[in-house]
Amino acid sequence: MNFNFKHEWIETNIGLMAVLTMLAISVGGLVEIAPLFFIDKTIEKVEGVRPYTPLEQRGRDMYTREGCYTCHSQMIRPFRDEKLRYGHYSLAAESQYDHPFQWGSKRTGPDLARVGGKYSNEWHVQHLVAPRSMVPESVMPNYPWLLSTPLDISDTAARMKALRKVGVPYSLTQAEYDANVVKFGETVARQLHIPDAQKNLIEQANFGNYDGDRSGISEMDALIAYLQVLGTMVDFSKYTDDAFVKYR
Amino acid sequence: MSEQKLQSQTVQTTGHAWDGDLQEYNNPLPTWWVYTFYVTVAFAIVYWTIYPSWPVGKGWIGGASDVTYVNSAGETKTHSWNTRALLVESLNEAAAAQKPYFDKVSSMSYEQIAKDPEMNGFIISAGKSLFADNCAACHQSGGQGVVGFFPNLADDDWLYGGSFDKIHETLVGGRRGFMPAFSEVLSGEQIDQLAHYVASLSGVGHDASKAATGNILFHNDTAACFYCHAVDAKGRKDVGAPNLTDNIWLWAKVPAAQGDAGKVAAIREVIGSGLNKGVMPAWAGRLSTEQIKVLTVYVHELGGGQ
Repeated sequence: MNFNFKHEWIETNIGLMAVLTMLAISVGGLVEIAPLFFIDKTIEKVEGVRPYTPLEQRGRDMYTREGCYTCHSQMIRPFRDEKLRYGHYSLAAESQYDHPFQWGSKRTGPDLARVGGKYSNEWHVQHLVAPRSMVPESVMPNYPWLLSTPLDISDTAARMKALRKVGVPYSLTQAEYDANVVKFGETVARQLHIPDAQKNLIEQANFGNYDGDRSGISEMDALIAYLQVLGTMVDFSKYTDDAFVKYR
Repeated sequence: MSEQKLQSQTVQTTGHAWDGDLQEYNNPLPTWWVYTFYVTVAFAIVYWTIYPSWPVGKGWIGGASDVTYVNSAGETKTHSWNTRALLVESLNEAAAAQKPYFDKVSSMSYEQIAKDPEMNGFIISAGKSLFADNCAACHQSGGQGVVGFFPNLADDDWLYGGSFDKIHETLVGGRRGFMPAFSEVLSGEQIDQLAHYVASLSGVGHDASKAATGNILFHNDTAACFYCHAVDAKGRKDVGAPNLTDNIWLWAKVPAAQGDAGKVAAIREVIGSGLNKGVMPAWAGRLSTEQIKVLTVYVHELGGGQ
């Protein structure tokens, strides 16, 4: 074999160099990301995961707006210490309707993937307004404006439409609604119907009264509604401790 | 210049020249670098054969290494290496190490656990970390609570009862506090009179004549406070109505209030607007039966168990 490689071939041919450079730098992404779209076990088959209700979704907007993700992860890793402190490890299925997901890797504060139901609404209100009144050693900033700012609900439907575009099964038509009834049951399907978004949001906020103040719907109502649903959708008591081993 | 000349005799150039005489040496890579590179390639191949690696179709190559574990259904299973299987294994190991203690916790009565010095040591260490992870956010690290929000667990004043069974019941099912807002049924004056009466019960400075009228309102059907707080105002633990005679305050922010008038105002505030809070989450789904039992004893031992 008389193959005499010369980098001159590449260096003197700008088109070839561009193509090879592209190839070289995209290899990492291609081999790590692309297969996930083909592997059928990426998302665990598990019952109970549903898209967020309009109020929860607006709460999630508050979560991202305030940058909660810069200090709090939502990803419990499959390690013993994490299981003991936070609960069952996070499943890919549990964040399948998150756009973008809030996994994170920076924990200045604790992981929040299963914070839902762990504290009362009242604790959350006090803790968000003045964290150190509840946890003296906390370094979390105060978020008092969440309680005093009325939630802007005017664009709720538009936000859900945008999420529908990226694959969240919020329904616009009767056919989509019917499909959701089959997939999630009627109670959930009603919450996912975009034409009723504002009505549903107001109903949930008034019924839940998350911030303890019935005079209006505050940003606090939305954020707590979101925090209280985190990690609660899957009932792990229905599964054996190795039910999700086969997916990895 | 002479050095360059020497090098140009031993090292090849890339062959082309710019600007007439600009040439580029074609130096080989350092030997140590090349061999390190080969070693990393070899390492990768070994790694692929041991651990899960390449995606193939709808799955992937699992690798030669595997994990054998016993699941909660008692089946022994072997799965190609992954962290989820490792977790089941490590939790089993930990559970086996804790088993002698948790078995004892299950089989012994609360009283026996509390009296056994060895078990007491276990309760204090295991209970402390469970308490810190799950309870301290509200009840604070020493169980002292926060006036106005969360009850003190380290004193002997209990809303729902401080016996082992009652503490257990509270942990398992959670609690929800409620008191009607009396501003809807009573006049401002009547609420003021009741506040003075309640203040008098705990020895807080008050107006005796207002308290006397409050006493009547408390015990007749106008305010009917005695339904929940009992005729002697010492509370009813079955409905979580607090003792009003012990100068221990949870909802009314009396300790922080300035002066007698301020303290009475703090009481008036609670009577007027009522309470729909005092929510304790249910822990049955989050903690195991044994963990809840450990916490029951731990909370009981914090200071005021009955």
